[in-house]
Amino acid sequence: MLFLNRSCKEVAALVVSREDRNLRLGEQLQLRAHMLICKACPDFEKQILTMRNAMRQWRNYTDDISRK
Amino acid sequence: MSFENDVASHRIYLLRFARLQLRNDAWAEDAVSDTMLAALAKPQGFAGQSQLKTWLVGILKHKVVDALRANLREVNVSDLRADAESDELDAIGFKADGHFAERPAQWGNPDQDLGQQQFMTMMDACIERLPPVQGRLFLMREWLEMDCDEVCKELKITSTNLYVQLHRARLRLRECVELNWFGLKRA
Repeated sequence: MLFLNRSCKEVAALVVSREDRNLRLGEQLQLRAHMLICKACPDFEKQILTMRNAMRQWRNYTDDISRK
Repeated sequence: MSFENDVASHRIYLLRFARLQLRNDAWAEDAVSDTMLAALAKPQGFAGQSQLKTWLVGILKHKVVDALRANLREVNVSDLRADAESDELDAIGFKADGHFAERPAQWGNPDQDLGQQQFMTMMDACIERLPPVQGRLFLMREWLEMDCDEVCKELKITSTNLYVQLHRARLRLRECVELNWFGLKRA
């Protein structure tokens, strides 16, 4: 049986790991189940998704200071 | 302006990325010089469909990978283990039972922030502040856009080691951005 009950700390670690590796099926389920019942972890997840976006913009931004 | 001058005008821009990625001024200078020489030797490679800068960055990435390959054939494993005990997750603040000590801050609607020059300057500073090995690995992923398998193969490190370093780099960067941008905005 899957043990779905994970702490916020463990879930936060999964949210960060997801940026670099595919989560295993069990981990995905634990993550989802936790997000449904937690108020704090979705906020943390939003921060990490914002960081993902920020890195994409950083990679592409051209209007840089050193241009002139 | 001549093609030479056009290419030369991007030197500082290229150097900025090369320095952040390589963490070594001499290697960065070499990579940028090689890039500019390659560009000038083959101007026909630049067909004008993209921005000159984009084309140069494309060449630079190859030169930077070469430099990493030549200089970092084997990452010092002790560097990777140096702070094995530290756990950046703890910096966020968790209670003993694993709950957040405080609810993570709302970053609002960050689209406007991300479009700002100042935001990018702050990101540069945060990335620069990552420890050298961590910073290099992180930018191999995020700037060179290599997948984890490639990075491991190039540097002969295990995926476990790589994941730990990337994990830490991402948490540090999140922390840095919270402290130096979103936290300041709320204050």
